[in-house]
Amino acid sequence: MAGDPTRITMVTGGPILVEGPVEITLDDGRVVRSDRFVVALCACKRSRTYPICDTSHRPKHRRGES
Amino acid sequence: MGQLPRPRGPISEGILAALSGGAPPPAGDPDPFGEDLHLSLYVCYELHYQGFDGVDPEYEWDPGLLALRRDLERVFLTALRDGVEGGTDVEAAVDAAMIDSPGGISHFLEDKGELWHLREYVVHRSAYHHKEADPHAWVIPRLTGQAKAALVAVEFDEYGGGRYARMHAKLFGDLMRALGLDDGYLARLDDVPAPMLAVVNMMSLFGLHRSLRGALVGHFASAEITTSPGAARMTRALDRLGVAETVFFTEHVEADAVHEQVLRRDVVGDLLRREPALAGDIVFGFQATDLLEGRFGAHVLGAWDQGRTSLRETPDGR
Ligand code: FES
Ligand SMILES: [Fe+2]
Ligand SMILES: [Fe+2]
Repeated sequence: MAGDPTRITMVTGGPILVEGPVEITLDDGRVVRSDRFVVALCACKRSRTYPICDTSHRPKHRRGES
Repeated sequence: MGQLPRPRGPISEGILAALSGGAPPPAGDPDPFGEDLHLSLYVCYELHYQGFDGVDPEYEWDPGLLALRRDLERVFLTALRDGVEGGTDVEAAVDAAMIDSPGGISHFLEDKGELWHLREYVVHRSAYHHKEADPHAWVIPRLTGQAKAALVAVEFDEYGGGRYARMHAKLFGDLMRALGLDDGYLARLDDVPAPMLAVVNMMSLFGLHRSLRGALVGHFASAEITTSPGAARMTRALDRLGVAETVFFTEHVEADAVHEQVLRRDVVGDLLRREPALAGDIVFGFQATDLLEGRFGAHVLGAWDQGRTSLRETPDGR
């Protein structure tokens, strides 16, 4: 079973980028598919479209603002 | 192919005459954000896209029209450069784009927009989304390496990944039809005022000039970064208004969360490594987008706050 390794990019404070297509199985058995060239998986658990990132991980304020 | 629009002043009037054999008018000293200049530029640029019914395609390379276009572009570009802060800090420009500031059109539509507001907004955006991703395709031959490969991957996604049914311009047409709007190519151009045409003209300007490739990439990154949260609000606005055709926006929530990452890391990042001298133009692309989207938002919300249409002529659905 040779072949290229699956390429994954971890974004600090953001999603996990996986080259598509992917099929994701959730704890409850739900299966989510995406055939986009890159799929952004939510790592912050705040996405309203979990397990797909919807940019909810972003900071709400400028750096230095409270 | 679109229908020729109605003129909005002496320059656009002269251009329309020139497209049936007249001599192009002089540029004069037009308002850089005015209706006449922006319709004129829009028509000149459209000759490079799909063109107009009944207009000889050879006008695309008419030296008189090209010279006039250049004069108008200089007026517009000077106003853009004068209207932004400038600088070369790309990281700061990216950070600023990530902040989702309240008070925009999508916030209005999510909170209290009525169907006529939504339809007006869609009519405005049709000046771009009928040719979604096309202005950015012009930058492809001007890039090299990873920046090029990654930008093409994003464009492939914009065009539906090889499937017309999923092409973003097609999804936008589906939305227009669901709202009872004419989705013919540029069918509503006469209704779209200068603040929106300026946004599209900026893309065409940046796309068609190799010297502005950094600005095109900055603009593209800015648009991809800011779209996702706005599209999520638009999805909620459509849900609230009972519009079932939400795919255009749900697709953009998900797609642009990815496009943002690819643009930032692989396109902007790689372009900066190859051509560090483009930092200022990349920042300019971010800032010019912000300036023009800000003017567009202020125009639309200003009209709506007074209960008026934000379009030029026929108010929608009232
Ligand atoms: S990582 Fe992006 S929404 Fe969670
Ligand atoms: Fe898109
Ligand atoms: Fe996109």
